[in-house]
Amino acid sequence: MKVLAAMSGGVDSAVAAARAVDAGHDVTGIHLALSTNPATLRTGARGCCTIEDSNDARRAADVLGIPFYIWDLAERFRADVVDDFVAEYAAGRTPNPCLRCNEKIKFSAVLDRALALGFDAVVTGHHARLADGVLRRSVDAGKDQSYVLAVLTPQQLAHAIFPLGDTTKADVRAEAAARGLAVADKPDSHDICFIADGDTRGFLTRHLGSTPGDIVDAGSGAIVGSHAGAHGFTVGQRRGLHLDRVAPGGEPRYVLEIRPATNTVVVGPGELLDVDEVAAERPVWTSGYPGEQFECSVQLRAHGMVSPARVVIEGERVVARLHTTQRGVAAGQALVMYDGDRVLGSATISSARRAPVPA
Amino acid sequence: MAYLDHAATTPVLPEAVSAVTEALGGLGNASALHGSGRTARRRVEESRESLADALGARPSEVIFTAGGTESDNLALKGLFWARRAEDPRRRRVIVSAVEHHAVLDAVQWLASAQGAETVLLPVDRLGRVEPDVLRDALAADPDSAALVSVMWANNEVGTIQPIAELAGIAHEFGVPFHTDAVQAVGSLAVDFAESGVDALTMTGHKLGGPYGAGALLLRRDVDCVPLLHGGGQERDVRSGTLDVAGAVGLTTATCITVLRRRQTTARIAELREKLVAGVRVAVPDVVVNGDPEHRLPGIAHLTFPGCEGDSLLMLLDARGVECSTGSACAAGVAQPSHVLLAMGADDAAARGSLRFSLGHTTTADDVAAVVAAIGPVVERARRAGTAVPAGTGA
Repeated sequence: MKVLAAMSGGVDSAVAAARAVDAGHDVTGIHLALSTNPATLRTGARGCCTIEDSNDARRAADVLGIPFYIWDLAERFRADVVDDFVAEYAAGRTPNPCLRCNEKIKFSAVLDRALALGFDAVVTGHHARLADGVLRRSVDAGKDQSYVLAVLTPQQLAHAIFPLGDTTKADVRAEAAARGLAVADKPDSHDICFIADGDTRGFLTRHLGSTPGDIVDAGSGAIVGSHAGAHGFTVGQRRGLHLDRVAPGGEPRYVLEIRPATNTVVVGPGELLDVDEVAAERPVWTSGYPGEQFECSVQLRAHGMVSPARVVIEGERVVARLHTTQRGVAAGQALVMYDGDRVLGSATISSARRAPVPA
Repeated sequence: MAYLDHAATTPVLPEAVSAVTEALGGLGNASALHGSGRTARRRVEESRESLADALGARPSEVIFTAGGTESDNLALKGLFWARRAEDPRRRRVIVSAVEHHAVLDAVQWLASAQGAETVLLPVDRLGRVEPDVLRDALAADPDSAALVSVMWANNEVGTIQPIAELAGIAHEFGVPFHTDAVQAVGSLAVDFAESGVDALTMTGHKLGGPYGAGALLLRRDVDCVPLLHGGGQERDVRSGTLDVAGAVGLTTATCITVLRRRQTTARIAELREKLVAGVRVAVPDVVVNGDPEHRLPGIAHLTFPGCEGDSLLMLLDARGVECSTGSACAAGVAQPSHVLLAMGADDAAARGSLRFSLGHTTTADDVAAVVAAIGPVVERARRAGTAVPAGTGA
């Protein structure tokens, strides 16, 4: 096949491209330029978006002997990922930009262009298994990325190749070293690629400004502190609240709810974060409609815990009734449904609650 | 493989390879006083004399450098500093809007860090600087003009500027004139003295010489502050131990290329016409950019409506045809060509263009390969061009 290998400059995508070459594919490497202001070399490499990363990707492609080009998707990335990220926070939700990037950039803008140019598939270094249209978790549970791929449709997956799903990260690094790829010991990328300093709250303040508001106690309704903008918070967050008043009994308080309309952050004891019913919207079924209701296991954030659940589909809405509670479920994250290690599909979490005990 | 990117770099002449190889075997610092030094110096000075002779300059006007970028930077910054030191009112650096980045970025730095004021001369839709535009720019405030720099021939579209006329206008106002002649030397009749320019940039690897060897031709009566301080070589304008092999290789290639110029360029021009005619048959709506008359013989700069230049380049590369889209920034992200934008092209046209540049090794088979590939490549690139909304692609 003629395949396009998306090369971030990291070790995973370099080895994925190498394996695609070994598999006999006609491979062309591309690096996606996603930042309109690429950081300078002095900033160093963070796994994406810097000049050093594009040089690392180019160097790996040269070692593999494949053509290499840079595609400028900065405008699309800004519109579909960065602006969406900011808007979601402004609406009191907690988005996952990596998932959005897979959905809108790598397996939409890039894939569409690749297909038009005569390629058959896009190869990435994601840690997930994909065979016969079935998406599964990676054998490396710690590095599994099936969560951020669960948003892909069967049509998108039909043109995707993930060569690393059966390999642990440690083995990927060893293979990169054996292949003479200089990125073998390059540190993993982490955090959010377009927030170079890792300061998400500062980034949001720059985009949304500071709007002081109240932090309110869930039980008493009393104002227990103030904040510079409700968008800086995530449900389940404990650190950085700077409360004026200590809770009775001195137990820690967590963000329970963000009310963007009134710019209010609601805090309370941790047990109020425990939920067992999660509603989500806009489901995507990875390998076909699974039926109106079914038992499965659900994951509610990247690298989060898994709960057994009964899922009921009501049109464009999905309700998951968890058999074990989860703490700190944030709207905007994905509800990903698994049958064992097999991905069934995903939907965007709209609300979560402690379901009333039936009488 | 059909190599049609000679304006980026062209194969080194076998004679230059031999000359460089032979020179690298020799010993001696050309500034040393002993026998080895004298031998090295003799090679350098013979090269200087031959190079000067080939380009209508005097030997003392040749300053060996490490190439075009260094020569441009030396001329722009060195002349600016010298002129301003004489009279602090001289702040304006007047350059054409279609210069190479080695000129534009040097001027931009002078403006941002050295108090210069950039004056960009607009070009017409063929890429030519109108002499009256320069005259008006100088006349607006002659006392504040530090220097003028206009390239001899453009590296993207190949348009040739009326250099002697422009230099004459600058001299009417007593302002020194520099020209980047990197693309012109070897392709056009370049005579330093006859042109009247005060400084001229040239480089070896565009005409069959080694990389990293170039020269700035600089009139003796023009002051230039050095970029590199040190041992005082090259009239104290460019310090650094002389690169004997580089000077020998540069001169060998330049002399041979200048000697064969008429014959080679006639052949190249004919092949270029065949290429354009063949592409026109395959892609009837192709647009040929640049000046149809005042143009480098080996450049065909073409716009393919509805295509991204990067898609075209990638698809041609996959079929063994090597060409270029024009300028690229450090991160490798293609920018719409500033040259085409200055010529009045819109953003889409500026992105959807390719430069085929022919050179001394180009054959009829190379041209046939382009003509055979271009039809299907454009068809596919058009489909991809519409797959991603305008302004987002590649």
